[in-house]
Amino acid sequence: MSDFAAGSLTGKNLHLSFGSNHVLRGIDLHVETGTTASVIGPSGSGKSTLLRVMNRLIEPDQGDILLDGRSVLKDNPDELRQRIGMVFQQFNLFPHKTVADNVSLALRKLRKLPAEQARAEALAQLDLVGLKHKADARPANLSGGQQQRVAIARALAMKPEVMFFDEATSALDPELVKGVLALMADLAEGGMTMVVVTHEMGFCRNVSDTVTFMDAGVVVESGPPEQLFTNPQTERLQGFLSDVL
Amino acid sequence: MDALDQLLKTFFDWEAMAAVVPNMLTVGLPNTLILAVSSGVLGCILGMILAVMGTSRNTALRLLSRIYTDIFRGVPAIVIILLIGIGLGPLIRELTGSTNPFPLGILALTLMASAYIGEIFRSGIQSVEKGQLEASRALGFSYNSSMQLVVIPQGVRRVLPALVNQFISLIKDSSLIYLLGLLASQREIFRIGNDAAANTGNLSPLIAAAVMYLLLTVPLTHLVNYIDKRLRTGRPEKPQPDDAAALIGKGAQP
Repeated sequence: MSDFAAGSLTGKNLHLSFGSNHVLRGIDLHVETGTTASVIGPSGSGKSTLLRVMNRLIEPDQGDILLDGRSVLKDNPDELRQRIGMVFQQFNLFPHKTVADNVSLALRKLRKLPAEQARAEALAQLDLVGLKHKADARPANLSGGQQQRVAIARALAMKPEVMFFDEATSALDPELVKGVLALMADLAEGGMTMVVVTHEMGFCRNVSDTVTFMDAGVVVESGPPEQLFTNPQTERLQGFLSDVL
Repeated sequence: MDALDQLLKTFFDWEAMAAVVPNMLTVGLPNTLILAVSSGVLGCILGMILAVMGTSRNTALRLLSRIYTDIFRGVPAIVIILLIGIGLGPLIRELTGSTNPFPLGILALTLMASAYIGEIFRSGIQSVEKGQLEASRALGFSYNSSMQLVVIPQGVRRVLPALVNQFISLIKDSSLIYLLGLLASQREIFRIGNDAAANTGNLSPLIAAAVMYLLLTVPLTHLVNYIDKRLRTGRPEKPQPDDAAALIGKGAQP
């Protein structure tokens, strides 16, 4: 797999409240260019919200976001999101469009590529995830694993500098998880900068370069996976690991 | 059985019906369709604007759409047609010199239909999962583009049956335009039946009108059921096993 237009991503002291609910309480997260950062933690800890804040689907109340060392908070958020691909737990493919159209939509409408060129590009991306033969199918006729791989192709088609994965395998049947994780591992190996919110501890341990453990809106512990998994410093991480491993 | 014969003759006088049918087909049917189709199309356009306003993040736009909908959905059709058709008549005559009641009739039907159609579209748009808007925005589309390309097309598809129902209503409500006074060539199905009934003192022409409406509406009702069924069960292929999932890379062996 070819190398990607990767950039580093930093979240600094990110705060977010929904009313009186303080969801993010000063999160720092740094992903070096071409590396994979996993974010783990119990549900409700703010992991998914953190992703949405870092691509400004939700604007932070406080803090800063840096892409390649430059603050992007004053940029047009739509343009920022074109540089950050995102994959969702529920796939969120567009059911009224074919697989190829799902992948080429943003190329045509945002990158302004002519239809044929956009389709060729979409087919190339689909080939990369092993689903070129499904180009003209509807998402509803694909398995969950196939849908998720199309969703990854859709995000990759925009040549993002960073990829976000929000529990990308949590909604999949167990036998379909491996294919998606393998694809994600390939991307990581190919040098994509990735932030992966996951419950897959195996992936987290084997593929990611850093692991961040979040609980109740704060980063409790972070570091290389070996360190966190073999020698957790805090009681909260010890408790979490004993629950999930 | 004089009373029964009398009754049969009142409703099913075939000659009286036959006399009125040609006129109904050549004059009444086209006029009814002109009224219903044009106010249906315009109602969809205005209804979509109302629905987009009604689902907007702007409170003022939402309120405006709400007030409009409450008014035009809450007032009887006949009141709106009389107020618009007769009230604005002199103005139109002065501006255009035309006394044709169709434009104002269509306007009245449009204003009314758009309130219902707006609600139909709004419910469709709001039924689209939040993740669709989120996925579209995550790709880098603006809110407006996301609505236009992703959310609204899905929402509209889901409410097609309700939309056809609304069109059936419009076909029937178009009969109320007779209140605005129609020239012989402007009469729609109901007015032709009603005139003939008044002239002959026999109700059979109205039965003919009723049959004419049924010929329009019953196929549409079945079209609704067909669309509804297809939308519910329109999943021809079954999902296939994920055979192409390659077991490669480090993630495969956790």
